[in-house]
Amino acid sequence: MAEKKIRVLVAKPGLDGHDRGAKVISRSLRDAGFEVIYTGLRRTPEEIVSSAIQEDVDVIGLSILSGAHNVLFPKVMELLKEKGADDITVIAGGVIPDKDIPFLKKIGVAETFLPGSSTEDIVRWIQENVKSASVKEMT
Amino acid sequence: MNDVSTEQGGFTTVSGKKINELYTPLDLDGSNYSSQLGFPGEYPYTRGIHPTMYRGRLWTMRQFSGFGSAEDTNKRYKYLLSHGQTGLSVAFHLPTLMGIDSDNPLAEGEIGKCGVAIDSLADMEILFDKIPLDKISTSMTINPPAAVLWAMYIAVAEKQGVSPRVISGTIQNDILKEYIAQKTFVFPPKPSMKLIVDTFEYGAKEVPRWNTISISGYHIREAGSTAVQELAFTLRDGIEYVEWAQKRGLDVDEFVPRLSFFFNAHNDFFEEIAKFRAARRIWAEVMKHRFKAKNPRSLWLRFHTQTSGASLMAQQPQNNVIRVALQALSAVLGGTQSLHTNSLDETYALPSEDAVTIALRTQQVIAHESGVINSADPLGGSYFIEALTAQMEKEAKDYIQKIDDMGGMVKAIELGFPQKEIADSAYWYQKAVEKKEKIIVGVNAFEMDHEPIPTLKIKDTVAQQQLDRLKKVKKARNHSEVKTQLLDLKKAAEDDQNLMPFLLGCVKTYTTLGEIMDALKDIYGEYKESITY
Repeated sequence: MAEKKIRVLVAKPGLDGHDRGAKVISRSLRDAGFEVIYTGLRRTPEEIVSSAIQEDVDVIGLSILSGAHNVLFPKVMELLKEKGADDITVIAGGVIPDKDIPFLKKIGVAETFLPGSSTEDIVRWIQENVKSASVKEMT
Repeated sequence: MNDVSTEQGGFTTVSGKKINELYTPLDLDGSNYSSQLGFPGEYPYTRGIHPTMYRGRLWTMRQFSGFGSAEDTNKRYKYLLSHGQTGLSVAFHLPTLMGIDSDNPLAEGEIGKCGVAIDSLADMEILFDKIPLDKISTSMTINPPAAVLWAMYIAVAEKQGVSPRVISGTIQNDILKEYIAQKTFVFPPKPSMKLIVDTFEYGAKEVPRWNTISISGYHIREAGSTAVQELAFTLRDGIEYVEWAQKRGLDVDEFVPRLSFFFNAHNDFFEEIAKFRAARRIWAEVMKHRFKAKNPRSLWLRFHTQTSGASLMAQQPQNNVIRVALQALSAVLGGTQSLHTNSLDETYALPSEDAVTIALRTQQVIAHESGVINSADPLGGSYFIEALTAQMEKEAKDYIQKIDDMGGMVKAIELGFPQKEIADSAYWYQKAVEKKEKIIVGVNAFEMDHEPIPTLKIKDTVAQQQLDRLKKVKKARNHSEVKTQLLDLKKAAEDDQNLMPFLLGCVKTYTTLGEIMDALKDIYGEYKESITY
């Protein structure tokens, strides 16, 4: 049985329209062999979680530059738990002050990638820390 | 992407443009001083729009700022003005930028975070409390709801006893670059362009010292374009606005002098200077020959510059001060009319007061210590600068021709052309950095750990305060007046009248921004983008 590709939802919560990073990362992940779904701009936590479940993704990458992460990320995490989808790994990037990172880790964000992170690091991190859903079922 | 070299270790600009090891008179072959350069203050204005440039008047030091509540921002403005800043520049929070009120569910978590929260005239009155609007010029970064915020500003001025005829400032009001790059859009292109032409028409008649648009390359560059793409798409946007206004029957010489531009100052020092010089030359030629403008002011490309936000690095953030200084210097050597210098801590949060002070001081050092202001266009005549200016001019004109052939910028946007070009450049640049073809100090070379720096935290109380005020405003106003004004506005929109007088009517009754925008959405609908990456 061929190994199933890791599926990633790149999601933009918040009202900001800065999608340079989200797009570069979507393309880099696609080029690295992942299956990538990009939500487009200004998605609510509800929309993000329901896309993630519908698309059966292994990873959600949240990109936000508006400063609303401390409000919106907990909502995403709660909704995932509520819907029994908290096996999905959540990572995040954007403009996030260092001092907010411990809180984000505490609520279950697995890793944050700040400005200057390389797309190769993100690819490697996903390869090392995430298994696709089909592999998980087998183990 | 003809602009991009993938040669390992090649000598290229930050945009990937190849640079020769030496430039000589041979590189200027065929160029003509009087037709291509001319003197500063003379056509084609390559060397600047004023004969004496900064001897006559320094550029306006205009730091973009806004956070939290109107009270917080009003305090910051007074601080900046007392420290020698010469103009204001308002950063609105995202709900205001999107034309929704703070009590909209989508505003949760965003109130006061990216800028100041403005829901109604009541907030605007506090924002400019005790700031004399007849003496200070104000730039407002606002796009889909620009006409509404402008109406609020005019109303505040009137309350201060200041006539709209004397107030000065700028609304960004540039929707095309929103579809292309910054993505703060609300209405579809056609009604958006109509609203913008309304402001041109109204401004020319009633608010003659106001810049009714700031045609912006800044966000195009921040989204990842090359310098040539920034230059080309911005000028082609300018052409699009002029064409739409002409279709309305406006005379170019009446409204074009109030169009202003806004560029990015990125890392590559000479490429940026050449970009600013090429921009002036192309615009003067376009206005003179394509649009047959007669008023010399229609030929002037006046511009604001902001140093590049995307070039700031989270690693070793103090290094950002040096990046900003070099970028700011390129803007000054390129002849900018006003300048914003970024603060060192902006990859983390909105800037702290200390950080923003260093940014302002950077401009003051350039202005008062470096001596670069003594002579107009001091780099004019450099073989390198002139060759690069000519090359960028040619490449930008090729893009402009291509977009003309597509049927204009609105068509090109619908085809996804500029969006795709920018996404490709952004991807190329990221890969170049990861392959170390482009070195970023502290990021992919000379790395070391750094101590966290203190950053500005927006008080958690801001959101509740704002919601309380909005509730109070809605309760205190005359409801039937609000209803009537909104109905009149919708009727005017359906009849395709100039909406400015109706927007003024709305804001003066404390109709909120969200209510006004919702009324217009009923008539105009909303834009949905197709995603390209």
